[in-house]
Amino acid sequence: MSPLEFFEWLGNTPWSIALLESLWVYPIVETTHVLTLCLFLGLIATLDLRLVGLTLRRVPVSEVAGRLLPWALGGFALMVVSGLLLFYSHPLRAYENIFFRIKIVMLVLAGLNAFVFHTTVYRRVTDWDLAPIAPLRARVAGYLSLVLWCGVVVGGRMQAYSWFN
Amino acid sequence: MSFLPLFEWAGETTVGITISGSVWMFPVIQCLHLLALAILGGAVLVVDLRLLGLGLRHQPVSQLAHDTQPWLVGSLLVMLATGVLLLTSETLRVYYSPPFWWKMQFLLLAMLFTFTVRQKVARSDAARIPPLLGRLVAVVSLSLWFGVGFSGRWIAFY
Repeated sequence: MSPLEFFEWLGNTPWSIALLESLWVYPIVETTHVLTLCLFLGLIATLDLRLVGLTLRRVPVSEVAGRLLPWALGGFALMVVSGLLLFYSHPLRAYENIFFRIKIVMLVLAGLNAFVFHTTVYRRVTDWDLAPIAPLRARVAGYLSLVLWCGVVVGGRMQAYSWFN
Repeated sequence: MSFLPLFEWAGETTVGITISGSVWMFPVIQCLHLLALAILGGAVLVVDLRLLGLGLRHQPVSQLAHDTQPWLVGSLLVMLATGVLLLTSETLRVYYSPPFWWKMQFLLLAMLFTFTVRQKVARSDAARIPPLLGRLVAVVSLSLWFGVGFSGRWIAFY
């Protein structure tokens, strides 16, 4: 079965149709997905801006990460669950949409960037915890994160438009 | 007094006609509106979580409020500017959408509360903020902003 056939089948399952056509559930899932941006991306952006020295310069980086990331991860969980439900409600439309594909690529890159940051330069955070502006590698991770997550948001928003299908 | 003539006028301005006549301008402005939403959310949450005794609780509220203020004001200005542009491009649809009017009421209350009560509490000496007052301010602030965001999203549905 090709991906195309699979997503076509998935979109024709009774629950997928019920979700897409629901009067309340679909709008609530979509609203959850959008508003969780504040909790997830708002706090991730706060950490990124701290890394590049544009906010909370007097707060240790480890504290910003340690105290805010759990909230951001909670937001991310909501984002993923609501996002999967939205995808499930119209899998074929999403799969064929160029903006959705861009969004997924950006999402994977943002994840890789976070992984690299946490397994390399952040391991030595005690050396630069109090620096108002983090070392170059951490700043690069911060800027990359901001750019990639902007790409995810833009891709997600533009997915509503099917210009190139 | 009805806002209808104002909305009709706004929709016929050059800005309104240009945006509604363009394929890509509306989506691009929507993206900016959403990106500013994330930043606004972060700036509000850092301080409100602190007032709730969560998040960055080792820092004085006044310092967090001071450091996040430019991002709060900046993102709010971007949201207002992009919001007005989005509005002018579909004035009549929005005029007859109940969630739009809920949103405007929440927005007015949220801004008033943020720049009066919340600002006064957040800027005062940490030791002098009764914990209960701090929590109350945070809950009101989060509820009002949630109302803005929630009803904003529902303009698309009703």
